[in-house]
Amino acid sequence: MVARETPLLDIRDLSVHFRVYGGVLRVLDRINFHVLQGERVGLVGETGCGKTTTMKTILQVLPTPPAEIPQGEIRFQGQDVMTMSQRELVNMRGQGISMIFQDPTAALNPVFTVGQQLTAVIRHASPENRNLNNSQLRERALEALRQVALADPERLLDSYPIQLSGGMRQRVCIGMALSTRPGLLIADEPGTALDVTIQDQVLRLLQDLVEQQGNSFILITHTLGIVRQMTDRVYVMYAGNMVEVAPTQRLFTNPLHPYTQGLMDAVPRLTGGGISEGIPGRIPDYMNPPSGCRFSGRCPHAMPVCSREKPPVFQIEGPEDESHEVACFLYDEPHKVSNYKAELQPV
Amino acid sequence: MNFLNVEELQRLFLFLLRRIFQSVFVLFGLSILIFLLSRVLPGDPARMALGARAPQETIQRLRDEMHLDEPLLQQYQIWFTNALGGDLGDSLRTRRPVVDDIVEFLPASMELVLLAGVISAIGGITLGTLSARHKDSWIDNLVRVVSYMGVVTPAFVVAIIFLTFFTTAEFGLDLFPPIGRLSSGFEPPPRVTGLYTVDALLAGQFDTFVNALHHLILPSLALALGSLSQEARITRSTMSDNLTRDYIAAERALGIPEKTVTGKFLLKPSLIPTVSIFGLDFAANLSNAFLVEVIFNWPGISRYATTAMLYKDLNAIAAVILILGVTFIVVNILVDLVVGILDPRIRLRGARSD
Repeated sequence: MVARETPLLDIRDLSVHFRVYGGVLRVLDRINFHVLQGERVGLVGETGCGKTTTMKTILQVLPTPPAEIPQGEIRFQGQDVMTMSQRELVNMRGQGISMIFQDPTAALNPVFTVGQQLTAVIRHASPENRNLNNSQLRERALEALRQVALADPERLLDSYPIQLSGGMRQRVCIGMALSTRPGLLIADEPGTALDVTIQDQVLRLLQDLVEQQGNSFILITHTLGIVRQMTDRVYVMYAGNMVEVAPTQRLFTNPLHPYTQGLMDAVPRLTGGGISEGIPGRIPDYMNPPSGCRFSGRCPHAMPVCSREKPPVFQIEGPEDESHEVACFLYDEPHKVSNYKAELQPV
Repeated sequence: MNFLNVEELQRLFLFLLRRIFQSVFVLFGLSILIFLLSRVLPGDPARMALGARAPQETIQRLRDEMHLDEPLLQQYQIWFTNALGGDLGDSLRTRRPVVDDIVEFLPASMELVLLAGVISAIGGITLGTLSARHKDSWIDNLVRVVSYMGVVTPAFVVAIIFLTFFTTAEFGLDLFPPIGRLSSGFEPPPRVTGLYTVDALLAGQFDTFVNALHHLILPSLALALGSLSQEARITRSTMSDNLTRDYIAAERALGIPEKTVTGKFLLKPSLIPTVSIFGLDFAANLSNAFLVEVIFNWPGISRYATTAMLYKDLNAIAAVILILGVTFIVVNILVDLVVGILDPRIRLRGARSD
């Protein structure tokens, strides 16, 4: 990978393990990940592949124990997150990076009003905000709620989360995450917990807000259509490994990793052959992951080497010097790539 | 601040009214039960009160005075009518109105139980929080072992241990006075509440306050240890459970400092089960204080009640149980109120079902 500038967020070789009763879950396995200034990055993969864990690790909010970080490096604006003091962490969170959690019901404290939670976030977002008085804080909170198109924000501030609908809670979470005016916004499967029409509204709102504010953005999802609309570059994650990364358009037109191809095929299309079969099998056991490629057990193109060795990352040349990386032995030698592509991609 | 708007106050008032209305029936049922129980106990209370050698006519006079030969229903009617007028009868043992006895002995116990409550609440929540914050560290392990021992050790054993090691220089340290509410040479302060510490402060007698508090510490600590341990365990388990919740991760992720997250956003939801247990423990301590009161020679209601039972002192038994019943009810209403304040889910759900 050729980094052209210092990334806003840079993760290298990061592993995260969970020590549980009966053993160690090796959830993240030496992943690399970065976000450039102003870039909108997608992170896709099926449930349980470590997307949320990665984000919580960036923010250092994983409960430790059981989680532990045996190796790796996370840098935000060049600074090592893991050696940050508590004060530096608090400064990074909120104003530097903020996050919209997956399940808005679980992410809101049930025994505090929306206003209490929102003003606490705003108050601690920056040193200047600490001098705001209560009515100024309230004004900022109202502004945050209006921004996410919530009606009657005055009343909402004094409401408890259980008094709100799922869609309203999701909007409150988005408003809360944006109220700190973050440099990097992480959205973890926004709207997954909602029904489809509301999900659509929420995503459109999020897209508008990200475009307006121009912050860097990480979108975690397993819905490929959303990634295509909202991101510049996409990482594909499988069972705690980054298996492929490419500019969004390129990934969609030319997916290389068998897992990515499987994901694309699994999307139901209105035209074509109805509902696809999906990818057979399940994510491997994190306690005893395969020693080679973690996808080898489900891969239709698995070779003997795949179950022995962990595939390195291969750079694939693309047009216009775009960086496309894939961790798969199929791309070990150039001729294999062409053979493989010729064989697998009838247009 | 969000709790005290007009709508919520109205709801609070209705809640109180309903609970008080309900408790009237509970107390009525309780009064029938204790009345029956105390009357069907074997043995003649008049004989026990007057002694084995009292002449038969004296005993018969007392039996008549107490209406013991009337049918049970009529006895209850008489007792109930008097009780409504605030007359709970005379004690057979102390030979004076039971109400006077209670007024004398209850404050001593209340003082003990109140301080025990304060100690167990502050100590239990502090230890539980400490334990949860440092889960699986040596602090946590220490708190867990000690609180487990605290739960299984009866208060009277603790009382004896304290008495042995902290009141005489012979085995330990001469730190606290062994018995009573005040040292000799101290006069009880002018009576307002009956709690010596409070009365002493009200009268401005600071020396008496210190002396009363000094006497109070060891017995209330002995009494508190069980509930303190229970509360530490409950707080620890709720809090360490809540620590893994998404909202805590979210609050941290949004830049709220650790002190605010733990001290505010984690503490409030974690206190709810602790408060419920605290209420039960508090009320139970009033009756469990018996052996502690005996050991520290504390003139409390628990000791009074036990003696009353041994002597089949009918009116005293009924009165004490009634007092305990009222305490349970009042404490439970308070607990429900506090839980309602802490947890809007309960408050709002309650409102919806009205």
